[in-house]
Amino acid sequence: MADRGVSTIVSGPIAADTESIEGEPALRLEGLARHYGEREALSDVSLSLSAGQTLVVFGPNGAGKTTLLRVLATLLRPHAGGVRVLGKSLPDEAWAVRGRIGLLGHEPLLYRELSARENLRFHARLHGVGEERVEELLGAVNMENRAKEPLRTLSRGMVQRVAIARAVLHDPELLLLDEPRANLDPAASELVEPLIGAASRRTRVISSHDPSGGLSEADLVLGLRDGRPALLREAADVDPGEIAELYR
Amino acid sequence: MSVKTKTISEKEGPHAALPRTAHVRSGRPVHVPAGTTRVVAALLRKELLVELRTLESVPGMSLFAVTTFVVFHFALNQSSVSGDEAAGILWVTLLFAAMLGVNRLFVADEDQGGFDAFLLAPVDRSAMLLAKALALLAYLLVLELVAVPAFGLLLLGPSLGQALPDLLVVLVLADVGIAVIGTLVAALAVRTRARDLLGPLLALPLLVPVVIGGARATSPLFGLNHADSPPARWLLTLGLYDLVFGLIAYAVFDFLLED
Repeated sequence: MADRGVSTIVSGPIAADTESIEGEPALRLEGLARHYGEREALSDVSLSLSAGQTLVVFGPNGAGKTTLLRVLATLLRPHAGGVRVLGKSLPDEAWAVRGRIGLLGHEPLLYRELSARENLRFHARLHGVGEERVEELLGAVNMENRAKEPLRTLSRGMVQRVAIARAVLHDPELLLLDEPRANLDPAASELVEPLIGAASRRTRVISSHDPSGGLSEADLVLGLRDGRPALLREAADVDPGEIAELYR
Repeated sequence: MSVKTKTISEKEGPHAALPRTAHVRSGRPVHVPAGTTRVVAALLRKELLVELRTLESVPGMSLFAVTTFVVFHFALNQSSVSGDEAAGILWVTLLFAAMLGVNRLFVADEDQGGFDAFLLAPVDRSAMLLAKALALLAYLLVLELVAVPAFGLLLLGPSLGQALPDLLVVLVLADVGIAVIGTLVAALAVRTRARDLLGPLLALPLLVPVVIGGARATSPLFGLNHADSPPARWLLTLGLYDLVFGLIAYAVFDFLLED
């Protein structure tokens, strides 16, 4: 958990925030809503998260966790409410935060026919990052020995490690992690800790189904049910039983 | 925390001229913003690598064209064709073969998250249009490398050799139009459920002028006397059509990628 600042916990309209070290929270949502056709995927989500802190989002399948991450990543437009990410308003200033966000979703966002090295080099070129960073990250996720093989030949855990390297390749300020340790064995999970764990000292939004693991990482907890906030509180004040209740 | 600011100067506009703040962490070097040319090169390289590994587009396009010529060879019950007839067969076949490539153009990006990865990068969205159009252009040129000699062998009465230099000019002009319109339509269709149907349905009407221009410009080259060169007005028509759709594609492509 981050040791600086305390997230302001908000339910309903946004309140005065504890400001991040740069003068504005890393995330500030005010009545965020997003729908797919008739179906509301997110509704009335309001919160604020200081820089360097971790928000963990819990909720059953279809609760809106992935939609929230995609809105924050600028991939989906909010349909109502205010969204400020890293001090920029979405969607109008989305262009200004792209490149400062790292997204690790359900899909690895990697080409199956390309090798891990080719994929990472491709992303490095998109982000203007030098190739030495690619080699550094291949080493960090212990993939140097399989770096030349097409991704389609690798196990899901290996692909997830490459996807994690891809997400942090450009050293993003904000990490959006959708069940980041899915498919990882305990050793691999430990391996990626410096990149996406608390030690990375990045602002993080993590979607999780693991109450104990998620709570241990969280500064702020958001529980979603049917797209609506059912729980929004500082992690220290959340009982694991409350999270389990979200899934009932 | 030290913060440095760099500005992309290659292209004005919200997608390119980012007052980008590069975040320095643990003494790592600041990123150099990727210029559009570098991004196009990276995208094109990726595109060609994926095609080289999967062989999903070009072999299918070429095989389709050659098979169609064989079918025409038997269906027409003629030993050879020339003039308007030859030009029409060549262009209609090339057009339908091109549609196979158009339909596959964005499939890997849509299915494997390439769109999202690209949208997360702080780069000019037009880079993808340019890279995809160049990739499709390359596919079309390889297709024609196979299809035109096959056409000369299976169907064309007059010798292909004399017509070849002028034919190359017509092919390149028409290919540019097909590549630009095909890329635009493919980007629009790929995110729909009926992408395999929608692509051709949208592309074929837009490509009719290219076929007309290509066929009219090619017809004199396939005449029995070999004497004529392609009419300048049809070459001009093709060039103008390329230019107009190039500008339209540049103007609307961003909106096709965004949510």
